[in-house]
Amino acid sequence: MEFKGITREWDTLKKDTKARVGAASAYTKNGKIVDAENTVALLETVIKPFDKVNIEGNNQKQADFLAKCLCEVDVKKIHDLHMVQSVLTLPEHLDVFEKGIAKKLDMSFSGPQAGRIAEFLKEGKLELGAIHTYLELYGRYFVDLTPRVALIVATMADAAGNLFTGFSTEDTPAIVEATKFRQGIVIAQVNEIVEKLPRVDIPGDWVDFVVQSPKPFYIEPLFTRDPALITDAQVLKGMMAIKGIYAEYGIKRLNHGIGFDTAAIELLLPTYGEQLGLKGKICTNFILNPHPSLIPAIECGWVESVHCFGGELGMENYVAARSDIFFVGPDGSMRSNRAFSQTGGHYAVDMFIGGTLQIDPYGNSSTATANRVAGFGGAPNMGCDPKGRRHSTEAWLKCGAEYSKAPELWGTVHRGKRLVVQIAETFREKLAPGFVEELDAFALAKNAKLPIEPVMIYGDDLTHVITEDGIAYLHKCENMEERTAAIRGIAGFTEVGLKADPKTTAKLKERGVIRTTDDLGIDITKATRSMLAAKNVHDLVVWSKGLYNPPARFRNW
Amino acid sequence: MALQVLEFNFKSAATQSIPKEWSHTGVTGSGDLEVLLEKKDLGGGVKAKVVTPVKGFDAVWEKMIQKFVTDTGVGNLSIEINDDNATPIVVYMRLRQALAEATAKEAE
Repeated sequence: MEFKGITREWDTLKKDTKARVGAASAYTKNGKIVDAENTVALLETVIKPFDKVNIEGNNQKQADFLAKCLCEVDVKKIHDLHMVQSVLTLPEHLDVFEKGIAKKLDMSFSGPQAGRIAEFLKEGKLELGAIHTYLELYGRYFVDLTPRVALIVATMADAAGNLFTGFSTEDTPAIVEATKFRQGIVIAQVNEIVEKLPRVDIPGDWVDFVVQSPKPFYIEPLFTRDPALITDAQVLKGMMAIKGIYAEYGIKRLNHGIGFDTAAIELLLPTYGEQLGLKGKICTNFILNPHPSLIPAIECGWVESVHCFGGELGMENYVAARSDIFFVGPDGSMRSNRAFSQTGGHYAVDMFIGGTLQIDPYGNSSTATANRVAGFGGAPNMGCDPKGRRHSTEAWLKCGAEYSKAPELWGTVHRGKRLVVQIAETFREKLAPGFVEELDAFALAKNAKLPIEPVMIYGDDLTHVITEDGIAYLHKCENMEERTAAIRGIAGFTEVGLKADPKTTAKLKERGVIRTTDDLGIDITKATRSMLAAKNVHDLVVWSKGLYNPPARFRNW
Repeated sequence: MALQVLEFNFKSAATQSIPKEWSHTGVTGSGDLEVLLEKKDLGGGVKAKVVTPVKGFDAVWEKMIQKFVTDTGVGNLSIEINDDNATPIVVYMRLRQALAEATAKEAE
């Protein structure tokens, strides 16, 4: 065998970076510091056409100043960029495509910009690589989507470029690690430049430039749910979840979705959960943002640990004062980390539970609507059965033991199964049906020319669905026909529910595949807001002993 | 917003009405409704009048109230509902709460 070695330079990336950084030296002072007014010029110097560029934009914190500056670069100098970023939230994230500065996009989630992405796709202004889950995208940062230039955000920097990301660390370490160690360029916007940082979250030699932004970075209090808006119907579903699933399986390690249904569950633990004698038996270890609605359960001693994807405005002091529960640095403030939290949520929890917009008769569920390319962020990482899991817990083993397909698919090996639970009301507000024969994801795939329907949770991963009509234990179903019947059986008067055959539904109830409030022994007339441990945001402040400092928009007293 | 008035009549196997002459529960707030239950000799039947801003859900209203009648076995009852966009489960819960209240008060 003859080996064919090649002759090439092996450090072109390093040389290119050195040249780009060198060319920008005119804009730096004291080494790495760049004045805000020189930021656009800096970007025009260090970014080249067709580069893969990351703008840090997470669920919560945003590199908003750098995003704005990227929109202002000369399109003759910089064009056809390939944006690789987890979240598109700001108008600027789409303006770069409108202006031709960027062409291609690989992303995870887009909230308010979802409609514009769909529009741009149709008009050909934007070429979509893929909609990823968070972990999947971070993974690709280290495989085939490594940023050449990363525009990141931190709370503070020192003159050497060391960064303090603190409470809202989120995605920063994952982005910087991928970019810098493949010889890329890292530019950080910070709220202030200080002499000495509280702690170092990103070492200075991984950072090339630091800009103090004119205004502190934008951050969205995305996980604050005002208990005053929780409905009796949500209380009912919460009670069903606690009794029919949490208690039934002994769910200790878990992740909660973002919605009001799971906020209701958090607020029912000190009341209904206490009545059922479940303290210490369920809900001890969370992968969760610092939800204000978890405060009463923490204060009543339910929770042993919480690791957070990101921060939550107003929770800084409360979290700092509860360092036995949260992950807090030597400086006393929390460090979040979305990549590690998602890893925990994927491999180390027994259950994911959350809400959705639509569920189809096969159990596929999606928040996609026909004209919005929104993505799902991290939900699919947690809302699936991780096939790489090899540790066992009681809840995981019980669900695996109940899995009707186990003999057929697993043979004689003992295995467990992640609980993946969706809570839905048969009709939501404005009477939009929670169950549909065909997900809007199909129309979206067609409209936006996507190769696959954007499904948040695949039906074969879904183990339980909760509606006011009952809980369907889908993993107990023998086949798709039975699965569909179980879903129809709890889908109320939606088009999906109206097709239920009452005889089949009755049989499924007999077998415990469907359980209603009556089967669970829940008195529907007792399901009222009076069951909630906190009735409003002010109650949460009181529970926190004044440590929780809610943002102005939630202060209505 | 134009309000719709829907009227339904149900046959009931039972003739058991509420112990009180009438009972009132809930408020017509966003996503909620008020329920007035009145004892009435309807030959065992149940009649319902629904005032709602929601269009196109007449069949769902009928099915939900029918479910309430079937599940609880009430008869000789007049139901009046003033609705502001409540979801079906909220309707059902308020009906059950109204009935529980109408029954509980008598026991005091």
